[in-house]
Amino acid sequence: MTDAINRRRKIQNTVWLTLTGVASLLVVVPLILIFYHLISSGAGALNVAFFTRLPAPVGETGGGMANALLGTAQLVFYAGLFGIPIAVAVGVFMAEAGRTRFGSFVRLVADVMNGIPSIVVGIFVWAWVVVAMGGFSLLAGAIALAVMLIPMVARTTEEMVRLVPKELREGGQALGFTRWRTTLGIVLPAAKSGILTGVLVALARIAGETAPLLFTAFGNPFWEWRLNEPVASLPLLIYQYAISPYDDWHRQAWAASLVLIGLVLVVNVLARSIFKNPYRSR
Amino acid sequence: MASRAETTPGGAPPAAPKKSLRALVPSRARGNLADQVYGTLLQGCGLILPLLFGFMILQIGREAWFAVSTFGGGFVTSSSWNPVSGEFGALPFIYGTIVSSFLALAIAVPLSVGLAIFLTELAPLWLARPIAFATELLAAIPSVVYGLWGIFVLVPFLRSTIQEPLSEALGGVIPFFAGPAYGFSILSGAVIISIMIVPFISAVAREVLEAVPRDQREAALALGATRWEMTWHVALPYALPGIIGGSILGLGRALGETMAVTMVIGNRPDIPVSLFAPGYTMASVLANEFAEATGDLYLSALMEIALILFGITLVVNVLAQLLVWRVSKRGGQA
Repeated sequence: MTDAINRRRKIQNTVWLTLTGVASLLVVVPLILIFYHLISSGAGALNVAFFTRLPAPVGETGGGMANALLGTAQLVFYAGLFGIPIAVAVGVFMAEAGRTRFGSFVRLVADVMNGIPSIVVGIFVWAWVVVAMGGFSLLAGAIALAVMLIPMVARTTEEMVRLVPKELREGGQALGFTRWRTTLGIVLPAAKSGILTGVLVALARIAGETAPLLFTAFGNPFWEWRLNEPVASLPLLIYQYAISPYDDWHRQAWAASLVLIGLVLVVNVLARSIFKNPYRSR
Repeated sequence: MASRAETTPGGAPPAAPKKSLRALVPSRARGNLADQVYGTLLQGCGLILPLLFGFMILQIGREAWFAVSTFGGGFVTSSSWNPVSGEFGALPFIYGTIVSSFLALAIAVPLSVGLAIFLTELAPLWLARPIAFATELLAAIPSVVYGLWGIFVLVPFLRSTIQEPLSEALGGVIPFFAGPAYGFSILSGAVIISIMIVPFISAVAREVLEAVPRDQREAALALGATRWEMTWHVALPYALPGIIGGSILGLGRALGETMAVTMVIGNRPDIPVSLFAPGYTMASVLANEFAEATGDLYLSALMEIALILFGITLVVNVLAQLLVWRVSKRGGQA
């Protein structure tokens, strides 16, 4: 009798634990498939023209995405320029305000803003910047990306500043440092590598965003340097080409995705290698 | 105890008479002007996010007001969307968003919990590390790349291996599987969303499972429980609130997911019973129609959809945050 029950329990144990393994497999398989298809369909379409030429007009084959690569770099650069200082300042505030009521409220707002759909951010910036400027622009696109970046970087900055041991801060103050010099001269340098990691991860995230750019940066078939003109970007072009009916464009969309993924992964790996927490073993 | 010490950063023991101590501090260390400015500036920085957030609601709300005042409550209950003839009903988009998101959740939650159990209870380190890394990679892939893969790989696969056989075998009996297999469908949208939210849910699930006290696990094993019984009766109940919080967080992501869904869901403003029929989501209609919207009412109607989407994700996210916070607070006290 008990033998039968125990056998059933053992079988149950094996079956369920195997199922968790199956679940893990099911999660990993799509990743492998995505990379397989990206490489098999994208690598063949990658050539020098892709990195140096403008997109070919509709109906013609060939051409490249050089202006979109530049556009993505510009958008990410300006978004970082506007967003990172604000984000770090907000992060320092959240870390120093601690568990006060206002601090917790700001933290909740930051978390909620991290969850706002990116398309809604795009529409907000459209209603704010694009309407005011009278047209789509690089500036609007960069602001949309900055709005996405700020809560992300603010939260990681806060966590990194909190990791700095209290003794370091107190040491500074014991030496007669004022509060602001303690923060700028001791705490922020101590948290530097962690903050930089958070910044890089966030930049990689926004570099791949499409939805906030649909009605802000809009896209542009030519080179563009001016802030008040629409600009091309890699994710936007991937979207356009993917839903087009042309085989050649599909091939280029795969190639562009491969490049985009490559960029995102390189930045992510870089970010991991930078971060080392010297205070962890306490 | 610890928090008491934190509230007096000067390092004075709480019992000491404050006044006499302060008298010992040189006056310039007490009220440094630069520090006062710094403190005020920092408080001002704290205001940035709430102000930006309020400004966001204000901007979208103002643009949506025209549609809100024109249609009233009928906007969310009317199911016909025909901008050319001036009919604006948002129900197909709300329906599509909710059905695709919950279906995605139904797929993603069991997979994520299974994965989390496998990683925390079963897998040796050499296997757990690469799998954990792989799930983090899933989170780093841009939405538009998922969409591209969805169009050319996932949709044809789902059409030929799942939709066609199921609709032939069961289409007459179960209405969810009825009708022709389009490929571009609510099911495809849900599957692609589920792949995208697994990393978020499984990350939270892993964290809370790892937080289950060792004593509890060992006590269960010492009583003769099998590994699975220990997981099911001890670890999972302990971690449940966190897993629910993580799932709601995943739901928030699912509701707002735009590009990948737009590329595979079919974009037809219907309310189909069948999961194999094309649908439309709030985020998708914004992505597709906003740039081409002509006329104030059309634009305003889209703005109202954005506002509704904003509101729903807001509620979902606040709920998730509160749950996750409560769990982490409990963990901190234990």
